[in-house]
Amino acid sequence: MTVIDVENVTFAYDKDIVLEDVTLKVEEKDFLAIIGPNGGGKSTLLKLILGINPLQKGSIKVLGRTPSKSLSHIGYVPQNTNVNTDFPIKVIEVVLIGHVGGKRPLFGYGKDEIACAMGALAQVGMEAFAENKIGALSGGQRQRVMIARALCAHPKILILDEPTSSIDITGQREIYELLKVLNESITIIVVSHDISIILEYANKAAHVNKQLSFHDISDKKQTFHTHGNQDHFCEIELLQMLGAKECKSCDTSTDAGTNWREKK
Amino acid sequence: MIEALSFDFVQHALLAGILVSFAAGVIGSLIVVNRMVFLAGGIAHTSYGGIGLAVYFGLPIFLGASLFAVGAAILIAVLTLKNRHRIDTFIGLIWAVGMAIGVIFVDLTPGYNVDLMGYLFGSILAVNTQDLYFMGGLLAVILLVITFGYRNILAVSYDSEYAALRGINVKFFYTLILILSAMTVVVAIKVVGLILVIAMLTIPVYIAEKLSNSLFSMMFISGAIAAFFTLIGLWFSYTYNLTSGASIILVSAAFLGLFLLFYHKK
Repeated sequence: MTVIDVENVTFAYDKDIVLEDVTLKVEEKDFLAIIGPNGGGKSTLLKLILGINPLQKGSIKVLGRTPSKSLSHIGYVPQNTNVNTDFPIKVIEVVLIGHVGGKRPLFGYGKDEIACAMGALAQVGMEAFAENKIGALSGGQRQRVMIARALCAHPKILILDEPTSSIDITGQREIYELLKVLNESITIIVVSHDISIILEYANKAAHVNKQLSFHDISDKKQTFHTHGNQDHFCEIELLQMLGAKECKSCDTSTDAGTNWREKK
Repeated sequence: MIEALSFDFVQHALLAGILVSFAAGVIGSLIVVNRMVFLAGGIAHTSYGGIGLAVYFGLPIFLGASLFAVGAAILIAVLTLKNRHRIDTFIGLIWAVGMAIGVIFVDLTPGYNVDLMGYLFGSILAVNTQDLYFMGGLLAVILLVITFGYRNILAVSYDSEYAALRGINVKFFYTLILILSAMTVVVAIKVVGLILVIAMLTIPVYIAEKLSNSLFSMMFISGAIAAFFTLIGLWFSYTYNLTSGASIILVSAAFLGLFLLFYHKK
């Protein structure tokens, strides 16, 4: 089942074209990595899928409906979660912001809402920190809380914008291991610079630099080991390959055009 | 000191000080966490335009200042929501234009020699019963809004982009916070004056921020700290015959210095 269907989308800020004729299909339980240079349009594409940016040309369907109508099914983890760390707010309160639907009490939070938020915290292994001030956590812990906030809405799709940009290497791995577990039940889209890490976890990759090149990498991880050493990726060669207009590795596949397509 | 408490004007001053302190604590917390301090300063100074107009047209001062300040708050809200990166320019502009309007209209009022200093630096000893009703009413409105809107206000203040994604009307709550700030500034003018009001909205909040782990507790700790500073300031003002508004602010600043000294030593 296609959960996100982006067709021929072009988007410009004033007259600067940021995305040009972009097409992307995300299937249920995909783990899609969106990569590409800064200013290449990755965040713009996310904002279009989330309905933050208005659609200018083309069409976007999320779970078969317009993005704004499907918002309650999308969990979103924004880019920089280290802002506003002075803010006096408890971890549990941050997670509760993510809660949608259901009856809301006249004031305060309902028991079911708190139970749901604690459940989301337990999923990311942070339930012991519920009463802590958000600013007292480390970057990696805060990122987990933001993932819990997104999970609190029981999303079908989880979208993360640079989730590990301000976290140390160990923390990054932990976040990706967590996403791997979550991916068993929900679709995950990650915008990231950490190409080598993300390719271990993602099954699809989209390189966005004004245009979008799409690759199915689920059975192709071998081909990316460009130096023959199983533990080493050459990131530069890899980026060139993923960003290329013609994808040799994809084109040679027998089922080209069905599971994954090449966008020029 | 004790015999002073039997005077009506002293009782009014104490009551006004406490009411305004709690309003300032709650709203000051919102102003600080939303990084709107400069904005609140702009609204405070702009409200002098309302004072000038009220004097000229013979309206109650509170009414004129409130309407003008709320108008300025709405204008700032519209401008900020549209053109966020130029907002400092707009605030500076509104700040000065509002004051200029006030000065010109006071000039135009025939035979009126307004006590400008009273509005700039506060005149808490001149609070009358009507003022007290106004202050009490405002505090009640603020508490009602906070009680019923807390979770939305919290969401918008902490992360407005995420709040918008969760279907919360960010523009409405942002404007609401600004309007309540404008009203609070107007009542605080009576206590500390429009130039000093910004200190009353920020010093207690800054201390409370370090002592609280939620916005809710920060609001009430700020209110209590502000009330404490106001009472000590009034005592200084009465004992040494000093301007009350300035005394309150200097007492606050002195306690802030002490607090930071001990807080960082810890």
